[in-house]
Amino acid sequence: MVYITQTPEQVGAETPQEPQAPDLAKTIADLQTRFGDAVKPDARKGYGGVIVSNDKLVEVATALRDEYGYNYLSSATAVDYLGQGDHMEMVYHAFSVPAGGPGLVFKAQTNRDTPSIPSLTPVFPGADFQEREAYDLYGIQFPGHPDLRRILLWDGFDGHPMRKDWKEAYYEEETKPFDSRWPGGHVFRAEEYNPFGHNVKYPADFTLDDFTTGAAAERDIQSGMSLGVSIEGDPDFPTDRLTINLGPHHPSTHGVFRMLVSLHGETIEDLQPVMGYLHRNHEQIGERNTWFGNMPFTDRLDYISSMGNNLGYALAVEQLLGSQVTVPYRAEVIRVLMTELTRIVNHLWAIGFLLNDLGAFFTPALYAIETREYILDFFEATAGSRMMCNYMRFGGVGKDLPERIHSVANLVNDRFRDMDTMDYLTQLINERLPRMVDQLDQFLTSSEIVISRCEGVGLLPPDMAIAYSAAGPLLRASGVPYDVRKAQPYSIYPELEWDVAVRYNGDIYDRYLIRMDEMRQSLRILKQLLPRLEKTKGESVFGGKSTYSIKAPAGESYGHVENPKGELGFYTVSTGTGNPWRYHVRAPSFINLTPLGEMCKGHKVADVVAILGSIDIVLGETDR
Amino acid sequence: MYGVGIIKGLGVTLKHFVDTFVDDIQWFGKKHDVATFQHKQSLANVGLVTVEYPDEKLAVPERFRFVPFLVTYNQDDPQYPGRDWCTSCGICAKVCPPQCIWIVRGNDPTTGRPKPEPEAFYIDIDICMNCGYCAEYCPFDAIKMDHDYELASYDRTSNHIFDKNKLSKEVRYWETIAPTTAAEEMAARGGYDHTDVQKTRKKAGLEASRPGPVSDSPAEAVAAAAPAVAEATPAAVPAAAPAAAPGTTDASGRPTMTPDGKPIVRRRGTAAAAKQEGEGGEPKAAAAPKPRPTPAAAKPAAPAASTAPAAPATPAAPAATTKSAEAEPPAASGGAVQRGPKRVIDPNNPPPVVRRRNPPPNKD
Repeated sequence: MVYITQTPEQVGAETPQEPQAPDLAKTIADLQTRFGDAVKPDARKGYGGVIVSNDKLVEVATALRDEYGYNYLSSATAVDYLGQGDHMEMVYHAFSVPAGGPGLVFKAQTNRDTPSIPSLTPVFPGADFQEREAYDLYGIQFPGHPDLRRILLWDGFDGHPMRKDWKEAYYEEETKPFDSRWPGGHVFRAEEYNPFGHNVKYPADFTLDDFTTGAAAERDIQSGMSLGVSIEGDPDFPTDRLTINLGPHHPSTHGVFRMLVSLHGETIEDLQPVMGYLHRNHEQIGERNTWFGNMPFTDRLDYISSMGNNLGYALAVEQLLGSQVTVPYRAEVIRVLMTELTRIVNHLWAIGFLLNDLGAFFTPALYAIETREYILDFFEATAGSRMMCNYMRFGGVGKDLPERIHSVANLVNDRFRDMDTMDYLTQLINERLPRMVDQLDQFLTSSEIVISRCEGVGLLPPDMAIAYSAAGPLLRASGVPYDVRKAQPYSIYPELEWDVAVRYNGDIYDRYLIRMDEMRQSLRILKQLLPRLEKTKGESVFGGKSTYSIKAPAGESYGHVENPKGELGFYTVSTGTGNPWRYHVRAPSFINLTPLGEMCKGHKVADVVAILGSIDIVLGETDR
Repeated sequence: MYGVGIIKGLGVTLKHFVDTFVDDIQWFGKKHDVATFQHKQSLANVGLVTVEYPDEKLAVPERFRFVPFLVTYNQDDPQYPGRDWCTSCGICAKVCPPQCIWIVRGNDPTTGRPKPEPEAFYIDIDICMNCGYCAEYCPFDAIKMDHDYELASYDRTSNHIFDKNKLSKEVRYWETIAPTTAAEEMAARGGYDHTDVQKTRKKAGLEASRPGPVSDSPAEAVAAAAPAVAEATPAAVPAAAPAAAPGTTDASGRPTMTPDGKPIVRRRGTAAAAKQEGEGGEPKAAAAPKPRPTPAAAKPAAPAASTAPAAPATPAAPAATTKSAEAEPPAASGGAVQRGPKRVIDPNNPPPVVRRRNPPPNKD
């Protein structure tokens, strides 16, 4: 074994104390006595948590963070209750990190006409992008926010698309299924129905000419750049400040992602992520869709790890459905099998492309991808698709594992395969994957080039990681042992034996190492699953309703899972119909970008690419 | 010592480099054999894993899902040649997450009441996200996910809304591409026939399900079946296919169930095709450009007999593939570059009507 094991003592970090999870009921009672009428329990049927009045919101949030231990704002999102009380609401999910335990939900309400809620960004910097998103999509003002601009849409966009009275260009009906499909069936192509050139609306005070020539928004961003940053300049070698764009079309940005960088020589003074190029209003599509119709759409979020996305959404809806569904044991085993294989898929991909970003062009990436392909073959044989798996259902999984992984040749030049599924899995988990992880380890871990490029670059200290709501490997590489699988366990994780991987330096190198550690932990879990799969052979894998029109009881739910990229959460609100009233995705790739600017400041421009690679984002999830 | 890590890393690349050559020498001259391919794609492989598409293609597994197709009775079925399995109940259109299915429910011209048959059926393949819900929720096994992923065409505006003619494929095609699943479904239905047909037969006092089709003479079956599913042949609207008659003599009294109650799945040419594979590749004729396989021209080469319960290897004519290439309609076998089929407008089956509901906003 080549890789270096560290203890907190060796790196001079504080030895973590056994953390105490805060008592949720006691906290709520305390808050009520302390703040009186400003904090009311949410009495609506199916809802939980407390409603905080706007004038006390910042105070309550500060108290929660400093005194009650809810120091991690996982998710902040808005809901539009048009026709259900005609108000808007911000919903915050706070957790205690690294102690774990159930989260505290608190909400703030506002009217729909001039919605305004005090910003929590000064208390939880992790709320920064999430409040900007709420402003962008709902039009809620956040007084106190340092930089309230649109984030996913551009300035020439008219309206706030997540509002319930907003209609998209191809609007057909409020909810699916659409009446025009059956029995009439008058087929049309959406783009002819609303042709290009006529499908865009601009705000009243917006002129396109002014925007392109004057670049008003761009100018705003640039004038705000590099404020409050001072870099020691060399008096003998004066340099101009230079603002450049990295991306959006660049292979090292992992998709269409732009970084607006202010440079002093080659040193980063300021960096602002600009995103939304792949924005498709996933949440709006989700609210038009039926409950179960959303499942294949979740595949397209983080398309590297679709099985994990499926599970998160299934958990959220199963919470709403409550006792109507029971997940059979075999289904749970298969779910864990799939999500852990997905973790390996994702980390192989992430490490391969991190090395690409460092300049080791494609050799490590292709070794990793080659092994990943074996897992995808298994996914394809089981779920029918390599990446867009659409495999989980409310109450189990879509289909049992196939008896054999085989294919029938039916195209010209087709070559077929035929393998026993359990043999294949056993060989994969016991031999092929460990061999690959060891090989990568030998290949990269002790390489001096990797070490010199990665060590001490892109530092994210633990307190900052928590404050910025960083999640997943990014958080754990900063020495915070927080993993949703342990903190709020789901599925059969409690009965399995594994450890939360944690590293303490918070630099790129540790983020690389933690992915290696996590793959080894995943393999540990997978090895324990094999006998469970053998034992439950032939048992049922679905304990839900087989109907296609699922109606979820009224209420709210927050289902979250530890996805390979971090905590993936689904906040759903049901009004008792067949379509979600609110469907929100807490996307780890999106929120993990919040500290990117801070992490890059002071480093060279060549390091930005590596730092971004070490966060491991997928733009399908970032932009949604 | 500085540099040791790099050298160790280079050792890994060197090992990979050497391994691929050692592996290649081991399979020297047998590069395109089935056994080689099986080894190269297995977990034991250390050498090159790439497949030389399109000279060789990785066959997709049975559960693979791509743009759906509609199941019809075989064209040579003695009683219901080419009849749709779809009853136009509309469940697929309702479950479809991106709403890419349009169905016109059929009405009986005399009574004016709905009849269990679609008048028209459209799928916009640009919108279809291949989730497989339509096939999963169809109560009649009438819509299935296809395996044919080569759908590229030169004109997206006219070629990408598939109509019923283009979507319909015979049930034997489904049995060929997904033998295990098809057998399971047949067992669940209680026999070879469509559930509605079984009900009608029961009412009429007949045995609920007829035995499944057999094709002892594949050449004839091919001749009958090829135009039926080939693209751009509007004449192949199922009802108007009396040409399917020659095949009818083939389907007779073979059982669909083994004595121990397992359904029999018959596929054509299993043993022979497998042998062909073993001897190193295709006959030239089969490699002629074909945009889409007709079910008969499909090369059922999988020796996965173990997966299809109790499937007896039916005698196969080695000429099957050659015949099918000849039986291909001339429109479908063009020059070296295979263009998308030209759209032929059939007065009985007009192209989809594009309907605009509201005037587009912001017209000025």
